[in-house]
Amino acid sequence: MTELIDLVLLAMLAITAVGVIFLKDLFAVVMLFGIYSFLSALIFVNLDAVDVAFTEAAVGAGISTVLMLSTLALTGRQEKVSDHKTFMPLLIVVATGAALIYGTLDMPPFGNPDNPVHQHVALRYIQDSPQEIGLPNMVTSVLASYRGFDTLGETAVVFAAAIGVLSLLGMPKRERAAIESGLESHLVLQVVAKIIIPLIILFALYVQFHGDYGPGGGFQAGVIAAAAIILYALVFGLPVATQVLQPDLLKTLAALGVLIYAGTGVASFFLGGNFLDYNVLASNPVAGQHVGIILIELGVGITVFAAMLSIFYAFASKAERKNIQ
Amino acid sequence: MNFIIDYYNYWVVVFLMMAGFYTVIAANNLVKKIVGLNIFQTSVFILYISMGKVAGGSAPIVADGITVYSNPLPHVLILTAIVVGVATTAVGLALVVRIKHAYGTVEENEFKHKDDLI
Amino acid sequence: MILEMISNIFLILGAFFALTGAVGLFKFPDFFTRIHAASVTDSIATILLFSGLILRTEFDLVAVKLVFVLVFLLLTSPTASHALAKSARHGLLATSAETLSKTNKDNN
Repeated sequence: MTELIDLVLLAMLAITAVGVIFLKDLFAVVMLFGIYSFLSALIFVNLDAVDVAFTEAAVGAGISTVLMLSTLALTGRQEKVSDHKTFMPLLIVVATGAALIYGTLDMPPFGNPDNPVHQHVALRYIQDSPQEIGLPNMVTSVLASYRGFDTLGETAVVFAAAIGVLSLLGMPKRERAAIESGLESHLVLQVVAKIIIPLIILFALYVQFHGDYGPGGGFQAGVIAAAAIILYALVFGLPVATQVLQPDLLKTLAALGVLIYAGTGVASFFLGGNFLDYNVLASNPVAGQHVGIILIELGVGITVFAAMLSIFYAFASKAERKNIQ
Repeated sequence: MNFIIDYYNYWVVVFLMMAGFYTVIAANNLVKKIVGLNIFQTSVFILYISMGKVAGGSAPIVADGITVYSNPLPHVLILTAIVVGVATTAVGLALVVRIKHAYGTVEENEFKHKDDLI
Repeated sequence: MILEMISNIFLILGAFFALTGAVGLFKFPDFFTRIHAASVTDSIATILLFSGLILRTEFDLVAVKLVFVLVFLLLTSPTASHALAKSARHGLLATSAETLSKTNKDNN
């Protein structure tokens, strides 16, 4: 039965990708991309990757689509017909595709438990992580503890991306709500948004702290909280949102998250262990691991929230200055 | 028949990769190129997660009564990759906005020869 | 046993209404009628599918989570349809009846 669901979902994904190639209206292309993200989140759930599905749905269908739509508001909605010859790209694509398919014939069969990828390191993680770290969610224990360096690098990449976007586009100043923007006439939208936004923030906190026991963790929580404030800014107007969450505060928060993460590593230095060795953070190793994981997930969540929201503020303030409402 | 079930995932992933790749090299509009890039990225994620699936396993969360788990290692790699992907997309879209500001257009054939502006 | 039968009926009915919503999206002539068809998926198909799923659990934490998701979906999907229709009206998108009467007036 899972094979049938797999088959149908992958076929729908292929049709969506073909639709993206042939459409000229960019708004429809971005919406199809959102659908593509949601379908891949479903495929991930079907393939037992619940954490990945969560992140893909929040990031791909949430933040990516919003950023692309704000870019479309600035650059224009229709793609002009081009005079490109399409023969050369088609030839390159077909040749590369044929080579890749020839390569996949050597791959181990799908789902077989004897595949090489399931031996060696992964076996050790599955068998030893309940005793060494003591968390039910093995993905969180691998992400935060066994591969903590990679996650530090990832947090730094998100921070660097926020810096990059801010230097390219500039940040809105915190201004008096002089320009009356926001969707004044959409009363239903305003009421429902006021009901829903506190619940979204509460859910983000739940996902942040429950990432040890079920799917979740810092990234998903940061993105969901940023989505709540983005909804507030879309419905009530950007000037009001910048008064609620000042842009300078966001800059500080983004740096603070990376500082917490790296600071936990340095704290392990001073307590006698290696960098990012959580065993020395508390009296016994398992409690130390729990403390370390909570601290770094907090750092990751804060940085991702501040970075995503700063990036949205930068795009939205450009659109506001162009007076596209 | 078994052969098709064994490799169907990988073939559809290769098709999606090529669809995204074609959009990147053949599209004229820069925003559409970025959408194609994201399609390419997401198809690679599906490849990794398909490799990590164990038939009859469950999600890698320890629970009573479950003995076979799917491999958590590809999930961790792809979690990082998704977040890095959205960071790259954000910077790419910011660059598109600046290109529009500098050249007045985001269609590639219109600004390809305008390099004397900067 | 009875519970499973009822749950199966709910799930099949919910899938049927979702299908009619999708078919309506293609067959209806006008933007506003198409939104009306799509909102069938938002309301009745969601309620039927979720009730069918809730009847399959053992009424523990999973059922509570499903109720939360159902309430959230019922709150947000119709609001999204309403926002779309209202924005289209504000943007002076004409219904097909108005377009027809306008072309008749132009021809006469």
